Amino acid sequence: MIEGAAWRRWVFFRFPVAIFLIFLLFPFYWMVITTFRPDGELYIPWYRANYKPLWTWNPTTAHLKYLFGETTFITWLWNTTFIAVVATAISLFCGVLAGYALSRLNFRGAALLGTTIFVTYLVPQTLLFIPLSEIIRTYSLGDTPWSLILTYPTFLIPFCTWLMMGFFKSVPKELEECARIDGATRWRAMLYIIIPVAVPGILSAMIFAFTLSWNEFIYALVFLSSPEQKTVPVGVISELVRGDVFFWGPLMAGALLGSIPVAIAYSFFVEQYVSGMTGAVKG
Amino acid sequence: MASVTIKQIHKHYDDFHAVKGVSLEIKDKEFVVLVGPSGCGKTTTLRMVAGLETITEGQIMIGPLVVNDLPPMDRDIAMVFQNYALYPHMSVYDNMAFGLKMRKFDKLEIKKRVENAASILGITDHLNRKPRMLSGGQRQRVALGRAIVRNPQVFLFDEPLSNLDAKLRVQMRIEIKKLHQRLSTTSIYVTHDQVEAMTLGDRVVVMKDGLIQQVGEPLELYNAPANKYVAGFIGSPAMNFTTVQVTNEGGVLYASNPAMRIRVPNALAARLGAHAGKQATLGIRPENLHMATGADNADNSLTAIVEVSEQLGSEVILDVKVADGAMVASVEPTVRVKPGEPVKLALDPSGLRFFDAVTETAI
Repeated sequence: MIEGAAWRRWVFFRFPVAIFLIFLLFPFYWMVITTFRPDGELYIPWYRANYKPLWTWNPTTAHLKYLFGETTFITWLWNTTFIAVVATAISLFCGVLAGYALSRLNFRGAALLGTTIFVTYLVPQTLLFIPLSEIIRTYSLGDTPWSLILTYPTFLIPFCTWLMMGFFKSVPKELEECARIDGATRWRAMLYIIIPVAVPGILSAMIFAFTLSWNEFIYALVFLSSPEQKTVPVGVISELVRGDVFFWGPLMAGALLGSIPVAIAYSFFVEQYVSGMTGAVKG
Repeated sequence: MASVTIKQIHKHYDDFHAVKGVSLEIKDKEFVVLVGPSGCGKTTTLRMVAGLETITEGQIMIGPLVVNDLPPMDRDIAMVFQNYALYPHMSVYDNMAFGLKMRKFDKLEIKKRVENAASILGITDHLNRKPRMLSGGQRQRVALGRAIVRNPQVFLFDEPLSNLDAKLRVQMRIEIKKLHQRLSTTSIYVTHDQVEAMTLGDRVVVMKDGLIQQVGEPLELYNAPANKYVAGFIGSPAMNFTTVQVTNEGGVLYASNPAMRIRVPNALAARLGAHAGKQATLGIRPENLHMATGADNADNSLTAIVEVSEQLGSEVILDVKVADGAMVASVEPTVRVKPGEPVKLALDPSGLRFFDAVTETAI
């Protein structure tokens, strides 16, 4: 905290925080206001006398109705949820086991393997989708949820593995040694002691993986083509931007509804998430 | 209960030879303390007994069984760790019951044993708490409880008291001693604190650089150290060492240096005789030095200048300067001296120890 006179707190703490918050939250505000603004207000030029960009006195649900009535938004939402949940589950399972192995089993080449896994995470998706699309085509997975469920782990597993590796390293190794002296096999020590202790880390990996797959754009754009297979980010863009016409109302409505599940996931686990990020194990 | 036999064990890490051929016979019900500075191999030795480190070379037996290749769970041992290693997500009860659950004891038996251990250690009121709600001393008790519920053949302690404050350490030391008197389980205790070693051990093993320096009962180590290292390690304040020239003057041995000229008592003279004309290291404990009185003469006394005088109530510790270095003396509490004051100190001849100047072994 800032010590001293009240003006110091205002100048060095409250005012900067306020600026920061406004900067962060403004896009969301814009999203909300556009969702409920009637078309008549959305498409007037800025120099008109009645141009009120930051507020509306005539809120409407027309854009939401359009989104749910005229597009397959519900299907996109379901597709996105299904894909994100399954891809996250696969990645977490692999990531937790791999992270444990790399941080605790001192096998030959563990460090090298860990680095290699990290390097694969560094390959940009914008390059990786080219070979992956070849694989998707070969196995006839194109335009199915599986094309994404099986490709998202290419970046989620390295991510989860690294996060879990760091977390497992922060768990005192005596805990596990003690469990093994107490009569647990390595597997049971991991199951009953190490994993429960690492729950905050697992939750942060889960939230991150879920958010990454929820927001993923390029693979979804490349591997899915029919409207009823699409995910929210791709569906909204491809169905609500026609040529150079942007349907701003439904677009923002889609973006708003699309960000709500992630926001809920965050708020639900935020405490564990924070302790996971700071690597705190209270013993 | 069981004996533990360690035969010529070695531990090599990549390019570090941590334990260099340690052999030790620990009798059934015995409390053995491994003591030494950090990096002396004592913890590694203990971890090899526990099965947490592989044994590069040699053999470890618990009872009649060679355990080299047994996993820790099959060795029937319990270990108390320096940082307690309590399972943070489990209650005290579950922490203590975990080992029994893993070994598939039935619920009633588990409850009986945990409650019994808890009452021995005075933690019955905390059984439902999580470890993070306990104080350091209580955590240490839980860790002890977790070890005793299993009723194992051997207890292993890895510096269990070093995370506690000084007062609690003394208290827990006594608890551990009582616990051993009550349960008589064979115990191996690792510490770097010579006071713990002296007070707890039936026998004490002094280690340095991966080698055993001496094994013996506490008083044996104090009275008859095998070498200069053990002599300096055991006892507090530490033994004073000074280099002396041994001379034979008409059948009487003298040990002299610029600060003193000591007549070697007859009991020692026989062994020291071979060193006449050579240098040796003279060791004298602070408690074997006293303020010279009329009964003392030049043959057993020296003059020193007081640098610091520390009044402890039961004794006064004098840090003094002598001609070729510094010495520490523990004298009567009534002594009042000021820094810079010259004093005459006398040596108790029976407290003299001589060590070979080169090999450092006791003469």
